Amino acid sequence: MKLTGAQMIGESLVREGVEVIFGILGGSLLPLYDVLPQYPQLRHILVRHEQGAAHAADGYARATGRVGVCFATSGPGATNLVTGIANACLDSVPMVAITGQVARPFIGKDAFQEVDITGITLPITKHNYLVMEASSIPGIVKEAFHLARTGRPGPVLIDLPRDVQIEQAEFNYPARINRPSYKPTLKGHPAQIKKAAKLINESHKPVIIAGRGVTISKAFAELKELVEKAQIPLITTLLGISCFPESHVLSYGMLGMHGMAYANMAVDAADLIIAIGMRFDDRATAKVSDFAPHANVIHIDIDPAEIGKNVRVDVPIVGDVKTVLKDLNKQVESARHIDWVRQLDDWRREHPSTTIRDSQSLLPQYVVRSIYEVTSGEAIIVTGVGQHQMWAAQHYWYDKPNTFISSGGLGTMGFGLPAAIGAKVGCPDSTVWCIDGDGSLQMTIQELATAVQEKVAVKIAVLRNNYLGMVRQWQELFYGKRYVATPLSSPDFVRIAEAYGFPGLRVKHREEVVPALQKAMAEPGPFLIDFIVEPEENVYPMVPPGASLAEVLEEPKKGARPKAAKDSARLPVSNI
Amino acid sequence: MPKHIIVALVEDRPGVLDHMASLFRRRGFNIESIAVGHSEAPHLSRMTLVVNGANTMVEQVRKQLDKLVDVVKVSDITGDKTITRELALIKVKATSVTRSEIMQIVDIFRAKIVDVAADSVTIEVTGDDAKIDSLLDLLRGFGIRELARTGRIALTRGETSPLPVKKPPRTKGQKATK
Repeated sequence: MKLTGAQMIGESLVREGVEVIFGILGGSLLPLYDVLPQYPQLRHILVRHEQGAAHAADGYARATGRVGVCFATSGPGATNLVTGIANACLDSVPMVAITGQVARPFIGKDAFQEVDITGITLPITKHNYLVMEASSIPGIVKEAFHLARTGRPGPVLIDLPRDVQIEQAEFNYPARINRPSYKPTLKGHPAQIKKAAKLINESHKPVIIAGRGVTISKAFAELKELVEKAQIPLITTLLGISCFPESHVLSYGMLGMHGMAYANMAVDAADLIIAIGMRFDDRATAKVSDFAPHANVIHIDIDPAEIGKNVRVDVPIVGDVKTVLKDLNKQVESARHIDWVRQLDDWRREHPSTTIRDSQSLLPQYVVRSIYEVTSGEAIIVTGVGQHQMWAAQHYWYDKPNTFISSGGLGTMGFGLPAAIGAKVGCPDSTVWCIDGDGSLQMTIQELATAVQEKVAVKIAVLRNNYLGMVRQWQELFYGKRYVATPLSSPDFVRIAEAYGFPGLRVKHREEVVPALQKAMAEPGPFLIDFIVEPEENVYPMVPPGASLAEVLEEPKKGARPKAAKDSARLPVSNI
Repeated sequence: MPKHIIVALVEDRPGVLDHMASLFRRRGFNIESIAVGHSEAPHLSRMTLVVNGANTMVEQVRKQLDKLVDVVKVSDITGDKTITRELALIKVKATSVTRSEIMQIVDIFRAKIVDVAADSVTIEVTGDDAKIDSLLDLLRGFGIRELARTGRIALTRGETSPLPVKKPPRTKGQKATK
């Protein structure tokens, strides 16, 4: 069967089970878009900016566990994808991005809307391709999807010159890929698993730190079995949130810069760290040389390059989390670390970390807690990046697997709205709340039009403090309260929503919060609530930059000045 | 800090070198030399890298390279028994007075003179880098005009290779000739 290159893309996407594409067309993708109506199985969602396409594909992929697909045209279309691709790469999200390219004879001539997007995205993709003949398309698409979804998932980019889309060739979809060099290790080495089990069985103060790898591997049941069998307290990373029910007695929240004080104290005091599907990011470990100073470390990860990259590891296990945990659980003995668990419970009582103080003003934490209550914790929460992201991580209890979607590694402001659209498209039966800040939302606010045009019923809670809040907090604590370039004059978001054609509400007082949320939930389409929150509220607990997890700052008592606020000049070298 | 020799077999595709170079730059790896050429297997190139750094850093280089989809296999052969060679072309200033002295040095190093001009000679030398370095030290006094070094290439001694590549299965109808 002879097909054009464009038809081959359509045909191949259908064979890979793709249902949704997020994208914007342009000159160099016209032939591809022209054949899309031939493939009605492929729903195309027109976004308003390519960054939105990549984030929406990312949100879709995280919510469904499937490969997210986005399209963008050559030149600026392709470069606008870059932030979204980097975001997916750092958070190991399976994605296939297809970009248009100028026709082959024009490549390298600085033609109109030509950029070397394969060159630009080399360090932020798992792999990428410049397609030079139509006949290679089926093999490349097959391989791209395989690479994106297997091993440590990640984004793969296919750059498609305009004339290749028109070129005709025989279409043969390969049954398997031929890549002798690519064989992710799934099964953990038995000797290493044995060693790990021995360490676990001998430990008195073990702690599990679970990351996004658990969610990717869908190892929810295996993780729970390990926790319960050996009674090991569990802590998650930011992206590990919702891989384990947070109401479980052995769940001790999140660690790291804005983690719970008791979680950080537990890691600091532990004699064994069992790190599962996480990568010891500097926001999680704080000062890495003082991380878990008394502990042996077992590190389970599918990516061998993560082992020993940031933290010394005593027992590395390379493999798929689910497969490794199945094997490990067989060798782990039942145990009850009564004293250790009691110690953690004492710490949790003494340093509650998630209590919300009484206040006349509308506290952002209270809004998050109310969303939890109104949705009965059943919603998928998608966040932007900033203070609101941390409050969403701290004050909502995630019991259902994979219900927290956030930009962790890259920390991309503007991720929230498009990712929420992607998540809702992927999970139409779930309630999807985008908890966003006024700064973060304005980076991709144009996607409100996408939600309206495509009838995507996302609910948006803007925690508006008229600041770039997280940066303002740092200026307050470490830069002598000099608020340079952080005050924002944000627009009237309710009128913005109305202008885009959907309803919104403004909320200024505590008692209006729950009724407003209920109204939003009752609305069939998108809904936005503009919460005017306490403007100079800070995120606590906080581990200051350069400090270790043990040096966590808690919320100062009313009227007290935050302690240990060093001026920036005296800050130690760290990744700020 | 010890020098490490890392050898990699990579698929012979456009962009592979670009990808590897980009990786070294982005992760801040300091590569002392890199030599690329065909290997014994068709479609595979062999790359020899000399990396200067702590063991943990070199281990990261190896693992990050291994992660690239086009890289088939990577080994750190530093501790193995290896034969390493480098080739250098050296253009040295030579007058009628100094030429014979240069030729003597070239003889001692079992190097070759591959080009002679009125005021210079070009020397070809192979060996490990210590040998090339000491030849250069001796020639420096005469004035080195141009220098090109290939960077090290290395093979392990004996039969076992740290990078075994399976022979492609013989296709039907293709018989081995005796």
